[in-house]
Amino acid sequence: MGLKDFFKNRQLKKAEKLQGKIALNGSVNGHDIKTPPPICDDVLCSLWTKCQSCKELLYTSDLKKNLSVCKNCGYHHRLTSQERIDQLVDYGSFIEIDENVLPDDPLNFVDLKPYKDRLKEAAKSSGVKEAIITGYGNINNSPVALGVMEFQYIGGSMGSVVGEKITRLVESAILKRLPVILISSSGGARMHEGILSLMQMAKTSSALKSLHEAKLLYISLLTEPTFGGVTASFAMLGDIIMAEPQARIGFAGRRVIEETIRQKLPKDFQTAEYLLENGQIDMVVPRTSLKNTICDLVRLHKQNHKPIGSNNGKGIFHEMPILARI
Amino acid sequence: MKTEQDVIPLDFEKPLIALAKQIAELEEKALNNGNKKIVNDLKNQYEKVKSQIYKNLSPIEKVKIARHVQRPYALDYIQLISPIWIELHGDRTGKDDSAMVGGLIEIDGQTLMAIGTQKGRNIKENQKRNFGMPSPEGYRKALRLFYHAEKFNMPVITFIDTPGAYPGLEAEAHNQSQAIAMNLRELAGLTVPVIAVVTGEGGSGGALAVGVANRVLMLENSVYSVISPEGCAAILWRTRDKAKEAAEALKITAQDLLRLGVIDEIIPEVEGGAHYNPSLTSQCLIAAIKKHLSELQKLTPSEVKNDRQDKIRKMGAFISV
Ligand SMILES: [Zn+2]
Repeated sequence: MGLKDFFKNRQLKKAEKLQGKIALNGSVNGHDIKTPPPICDDVLCSLWTKCQSCKELLYTSDLKKNLSVCKNCGYHHRLTSQERIDQLVDYGSFIEIDENVLPDDPLNFVDLKPYKDRLKEAAKSSGVKEAIITGYGNINNSPVALGVMEFQYIGGSMGSVVGEKITRLVESAILKRLPVILISSSGGARMHEGILSLMQMAKTSSALKSLHEAKLLYISLLTEPTFGGVTASFAMLGDIIMAEPQARIGFAGRRVIEETIRQKLPKDFQTAEYLLENGQIDMVVPRTSLKNTICDLVRLHKQNHKPIGSNNGKGIFHEMPILARI
Repeated sequence: MKTEQDVIPLDFEKPLIALAKQIAELEEKALNNGNKKIVNDLKNQYEKVKSQIYKNLSPIEKVKIARHVQRPYALDYIQLISPIWIELHGDRTGKDDSAMVGGLIEIDGQTLMAIGTQKGRNIKENQKRNFGMPSPEGYRKALRLFYHAEKFNMPVITFIDTPGAYPGLEAEAHNQSQAIAMNLRELAGLTVPVIAVVTGEGGSGGALAVGVANRVLMLENSVYSVISPEGCAAILWRTRDKAKEAAEALKITAQDLLRLGVIDEIIPEVEGGAHYNPSLTSQCLIAAIKKHLSELQKLTPSEVKNDRQDKIRKMGAFISV
């Protein structure tokens, strides 16, 4: 057992103890407050991290405990797909699916390097097998189908595997009647699979058409950065579209637009806040309230199957007079 | 109809032009001295060179033909295949985008909804048509017309020839991404037959937004790609000068796409490209449209929709272990 495994085991044991306590204490607002193990152990992580925005030196474990949001300036650092899942899904509830849908090289694509080599390097450097992880998990005890893109893997680009895994996730969500949550972080379609990458835009959108017809909820979360063929397909098709603060989101890249229109773009162009102002997304959600916001949205979209008054006051505000809510 | 003299030659056609000029000069002389043998030999050589050039077109040469300023555009084909054309304008919310045209046509006594990206041939036309790069409003006009076609049971035929969706400030502010995404989703749900024809450049998402169809056809010298060869070269080779290499690597020709199972049929063009004989090309086009339409019209509305969704579902290449 290596040092890493030793600490991992120690963390798992800590978490189990913690969960035992919570089970005794019950839950708040029907939300289970199971806590995952500490994300970062000082012995393993480098002690200090420089904020990518304000350059402040932050204690790494503090940064991780604050969900990788800078306490000084509020900058939301990019998460790995695993960190995102850990933050969002109830501890231990995530079940990955289709992890063995793996990339091929249908065009035998070679630029300065063969695509096959790029795939191997990407898997090695990112620790994941493709640019998305899909599966099921609970968000405050509410089951969802979840897909999280991994930017570290070839810029989170969408090739055949990303398209296939999203499509399968949506199809199984329809069968299981689950809400779908897709978290995007991507430069767009993957060039190395040529036209087949482009076709994934149609494939994922077609699957979402079926989800739409099945009247199931789809929440799309846009994170730094989301561009091109990903924005122009599944990412913009959410019933609810939310974005993380300051995330850059758009169709064409800033440089391409500046070259086309031959003028400088405003600084806030294509930020989450810009999209909100332009009516393109529903909300900008800070990471610290993301889990509860998603949980509330899921709950609010599934409780209207019975006539009002028949829920026995299970809704949080049900018994409160309207004025008290305001 | 254009004669060969009217056509603006591309770089790789220049040897042919030189040869043709030589033949013309010698023919004039031959009228005087009766030396027809040299002329005939040259004519034979001309045919050989011609077929050699056109039979072995490289992907980047096809890109040049696909972008030829005299290549027939959507409105040209519409005039050639339909006795009637009633153009419908506007997205109903703020703009009429002339880079996307749409309206009613008639083929064999049936009404079809024709929608296509539209380029211009000169500066003035291109100011209006924005070089065939639609804005969100263009895609929303197309969407409105898809719904119209669905309501009145009209098959949809789309003509694709665009460098891509317009990358501009206003286009982003008006949500270019959402406009494209909605078309992808809604096209997947139509119960009327949809046939898409790539007539020139199939430029990425901007092309696909009117290209989710039961049958996708491509003209012989057209191209269809996830990114322009120049754009791909700039990113992966770090110089636009490698567009030729990128065009090869991306597999963008009609022949490549047929092999990859992305398109259903290649519509032949005359040697040199559709601009040498648009009416002949349009005859091949209309024959293909009729063939596929008659097949699709044997299906029930829900079968038509399933046929399209099944086709899209199969796209992609991956390893499943
Ligand atoms: Zn900071």
